[in-house]
Amino acid sequence: MYEFLTGPMVWISFGIFIIGLIVRGVRYVRGLDWKLDRVTYGENISYGVRGAIRSILFWIFPYGTRSWRKNPWFTLWVFVMHFGLLITPIFLLGHNILLKEKWGISLWALPEAVADTMTVIVIVSVVFLILRRIALPEVRIITNWYDYLLLLIAVSPFLTGFLAYHRAPDYYFWLMAHIISGHILLIAVPLTKLSHFLLFFMTRAQLGMDYGIKRGGMKGKGMAW
Amino acid sequence: MPEGTLCNKQPVNTKEQLQALLADKSGKQYYEEMNDLDVDRKALWGTIQKSLKSRTKTWLDICSHCGLCAESCFYYLANKRDPKQVPSYKIQKTLGELIARKGDVDNAFMQQCMDWAYSKCTCCTRCGVYCPFGIDTGIMFSYLRGLLYGQGFVPWEMKIGSGMHRIFRAQMDITTEDWVDTCEWMAEEYEEDWPGLEIPVDKESADIIYTVNAREPKHYPEDIAEAAILFHVAGENWTVPSEGWEETSLAMFAGDWEAAKLQVESVYDAMARLKPERMVVTECGHAYRATVIEGPYWAGLKSGKTPIESLHYVEWVAEALRTGKLKIDPTKKIKEPVTYQDSCNYIRNGGLADVAREIMSYMADDFREMTPNREHNFCCGGGGGLNGIGRYREQRNIGMKVKRDQVLATGAKLVIAPCHNCWDAIRDMEEIYKIGIRWSFLKPLLINMLEVPEHLKPKEE
Repeated sequence: MYEFLTGPMVWISFGIFIIGLIVRGVRYVRGLDWKLDRVTYGENISYGVRGAIRSILFWIFPYGTRSWRKNPWFTLWVFVMHFGLLITPIFLLGHNILLKEKWGISLWALPEAVADTMTVIVIVSVVFLILRRIALPEVRIITNWYDYLLLLIAVSPFLTGFLAYHRAPDYYFWLMAHIISGHILLIAVPLTKLSHFLLFFMTRAQLGMDYGIKRGGMKGKGMAW
Repeated sequence: MPEGTLCNKQPVNTKEQLQALLADKSGKQYYEEMNDLDVDRKALWGTIQKSLKSRTKTWLDICSHCGLCAESCFYYLANKRDPKQVPSYKIQKTLGELIARKGDVDNAFMQQCMDWAYSKCTCCTRCGVYCPFGIDTGIMFSYLRGLLYGQGFVPWEMKIGSGMHRIFRAQMDITTEDWVDTCEWMAEEYEEDWPGLEIPVDKESADIIYTVNAREPKHYPEDIAEAAILFHVAGENWTVPSEGWEETSLAMFAGDWEAAKLQVESVYDAMARLKPERMVVTECGHAYRATVIEGPYWAGLKSGKTPIESLHYVEWVAEALRTGKLKIDPTKKIKEPVTYQDSCNYIRNGGLADVAREIMSYMADDFREMTPNREHNFCCGGGGGLNGIGRYREQRNIGMKVKRDQVLATGAKLVIAPCHNCWDAIRDMEEIYKIGIRWSFLKPLLINMLEVPEHLKPKEE
């Protein structure tokens, strides 16, 4: 079981992750329609590219936009969570040792204490986001089980990894749970709302092009995100 | 009864249909018939399949339900932070559900969609600016309005409005003759005070073709005279077209995309016929949005631009002040505190925030910004056609509270609103809430503070 999950299953999960995202991206772009969207994507390209880049850059930095600044705590936890989600697994020492064993390659690894702290931060930020969903009426009304499921999928590898690393009772169980939840997360990215891994950049670029080309981008200094 | 005689899926294409609708006071019979209107589910789903593309689909799919859009919506704020006014909630419960159910919906659902699409969203697009994914609920509600129109679920006034565009190429029943007569009448009326004043109709190869909002010839003809005076003083070589003079689009508000196309094409035809250098649009927000920003797409112009360069009125005013074509007497500048209503349609969606400030720097000694302002300003409360719809008067009046408080916070008693919709909404706001403010377009204020060259002044008797 362990051999399968750390061997062929890795190929399967990464295959679904990468191919799934490529399919998502291609379908998004192919589904754009200059006439129905009322944005001349193919004409006025320089304005479109400028608008797209501005739209992504302003939003990809914490507190880069008015919306981020108006919601300082949400912004803090969301950025911390995403940073932890993306960075920790890639630069985790344990993962790199595994990589070295299997394929003979490895990346630079985070000091273990740092990775451990980042894991805790991811867990705490997910707890914050869950509490926020419950506490704020304007968020509660649009929240459904699917939103909680996604948070669970995202946090599970961290929670189980943390328990396994700290040798919680029944180490093998937590290790297997960690590996399985990791696979689930990878597979879920292209198949669920977690596809915003890629589609965030797509939709941001799209609205950026809309503002850059049509909604004033040729007249003003560019949208004041 | 699948289709009513007044409320049905047919567009209004004849004067008889239009008369019948107008005769139905406040749309009483129209809305009664709507209760029995059948939903053509097959056609509805067919339209969705053809028109729902990846942009809108992805917006609906990936919304993370984070709720950042809540506070961006003036309805949410005006309704005491009612969670049912969160943009994400509003669109998921209407368009989202319509798509999830593959168009298999009933009359009650469609009526709810109509009520929400008009009385809970003015398509101001502010939410799109506050969503991390750039999900623009205003655009989606506009799309929903189109689907509703196709099924006959459209407010009475909007059905009439789009019919007017189809029949008269104007949002009101103004014929070419009425329009030309009004221009001649205004030129005569003001000629004594402004010797040589003209309103040239159908002059070819002018520098400027000027187009208006039908409310001007219908209700405020002096606005046309004021435009003429300002062009006259600025020494512009300008004209108005006898046909294709109307910029507005109730068809856009109604979601009648066919009529919207017909309307803007009448303006583009006037451009081709008279070959002017540039077009200037009157002080109207949605008119500019319809004919200059969105119109080229309805007409299928691949450049995404109008056939000739088109300016909103504020752009022309700023240019005339900058180049000295219009000069302001410094002693006549506005001394009292004054604020400016940023129209969603040409400021947030048109990039003209700086142009408006430039004008204020010439006109006002004590200009006060609203908070928030520029691209982040709130809708006046009357956008998206809402000013004209009796059925949603109460909801509109509640929504206006946000603008009321914004204006009050500036301490200014004069609001400059170079947009017909904003101007109307602010007028109604004063009528309802009595906060002691005045409101104005730019034209009358400018005329009062101009330095008029000697040769343009009336000769002393």
